[in-house]
Amino acid sequence: MNLESDKPAQHDEARRYFLKQSSLLTALALVPGPVVQAASAQFDETVAAAFEKVPLKLEVNGKKYKLKVEPRTTLLDLLRENLNLNGTKKGCDYGQCGACTVHVDGQRVNSCLSFAVMHDGKKVTTIEGLADADKLHPMQAAFVKHDGFQCGYCTPGQIMSAVACVREGHADSEGEIREYMSGNICRCGAYTNIVAAIQEVKNGGQKV
Amino acid sequence: MNQFNYIRPSKQQAAIDAVAKDGNAKFIAGGTNLVDLMKRGVMAPQKLVDINRLPLTKIERQGNALRIGALALNSTVADDRQVRERQPLLVQAINAGASAQLRNMATTGGNMLQRTRCPYFYDTAMPCNKREPGTGCGALEGINRMHAIFGFSDKCIAVHPSDMSVALVALDATVLVSGPKGDRRIPFTDLHRLPGDAPEKDTTLEPGELITAVDVPDGPFTKHVSYYKVRERASYAFALVSAAAALDLDGTTIKSARLAFGSVAHKPWRLTAAEQMLVGKPATEETFRQAAAVAMQGAKAFKHNEYKLKLAPNTLIQALKTAAAA
Repeated sequence: MNLESDKPAQHDEARRYFLKQSSLLTALALVPGPVVQAASAQFDETVAAAFEKVPLKLEVNGKKYKLKVEPRTTLLDLLRENLNLNGTKKGCDYGQCGACTVHVDGQRVNSCLSFAVMHDGKKVTTIEGLADADKLHPMQAAFVKHDGFQCGYCTPGQIMSAVACVREGHADSEGEIREYMSGNICRCGAYTNIVAAIQEVKNGGQKV
Repeated sequence: MNQFNYIRPSKQQAAIDAVAKDGNAKFIAGGTNLVDLMKRGVMAPQKLVDINRLPLTKIERQGNALRIGALALNSTVADDRQVRERQPLLVQAINAGASAQLRNMATTGGNMLQRTRCPYFYDTAMPCNKREPGTGCGALEGINRMHAIFGFSDKCIAVHPSDMSVALVALDATVLVSGPKGDRRIPFTDLHRLPGDAPEKDTTLEPGELITAVDVPDGPFTKHVSYYKVRERASYAFALVSAAAALDLDGTTIKSARLAFGSVAHKPWRLTAAEQMLVGKPATEETFRQAAAVAMQGAKAFKHNEYKLKLAPNTLIQALKTAAAA
């Protein structure tokens, strides 16, 4: 587990935790001592070695985290595997489907295509951070109302993208919505209803 | 994915030194292409030099040009008021590429340096001279429907996939580069190279050289412009063929023109002969057909991309008609 508190997650994460810890220990055993010690805070100009975990500060859905991650951990894998925020989905994992869409400093991005360590100090919002406690975000409510999904796998990415689409001012017409939502693929083909949901939110004038 | 060392310099010189001294090091900015390639094992850098802390995001006037920082995001550039006023062709080309999410990540410098989308380059089980020099070209006798019709060699028939670069080559942009031997300026048309005997080299950049900005000179192409992209779905796909057209019109007479094709060659394909042919001619479909015929001189198709010999001139004609009517 990569949380600085270093407490294993509760419930059913024990096995996953064990596997991660044991593979990390094996890895560390192969790395020369001085290299491991380079994991100090001063790493901006210092090479972080391949197996070494590097410090990462991140605010996710309003909660601040001090983490240590391997440089090759993608933002998507960090969210899902380390922070147990499984709402963000891994679809293609190659930036082609949009299921992994989250907001970083308010901008929608594909979390599968960037390394978590590159987002040091930034604020991330995932689908879990959209609702106001038990009150759905207007876009979530509109997706429910308009049946903007069937299987639901692409839905978190669709909704995160849809919120950004409205905020950016790219939801003025059906054509514009379709163009600016083209980075989110829905294999069930719920596009008509997704567009209807976005139009309702856009035209409803609610704060998104 | 392979493991790698990671460094995040705050000084440009430190970033350049890190890559110049290590043949296995790569710069990373948006990561939208490099991370993808690393996941697939196509590229396996031993060290990543994260340049996102460098102060290269500005868009500002510099003499008679707009200077766009190498780390300015594609979405930022396309939304920038000055760019929209002075370089609408560039805005159209950027917005034709990728998706809103990817344009929020991809940088100006990185967009230019994206690798080909040739499926043989991506498939590590197949031969590819670009990925592994000397292994042969899988596309030459393989499925080559997406491939080049200009400027290819018997070593590589891949095309460059960038939309933004097609506009930049048409607009006479200049790339600003900083490297271990100092700074230099590269005319955009000389940034990318033809494959020849060394398709592993996409560009003329030397090891450790970092793109810091691109200068786009002011010009008369603020109204009659069109980036026309043909792809297999309405959005979010790489081009089969694209064409950039910019016209300076005096009434219906063409005073000057800038033209380029995308996805037809190993580099964005400037069409200077067709541009010159247009000068002084009326902006009519007949003129545009003649220009397209000039543009297609020397084109040669492979087994599966013969359609490009028709699609490319038609795309250029459509771009010219759209530009003239804008």
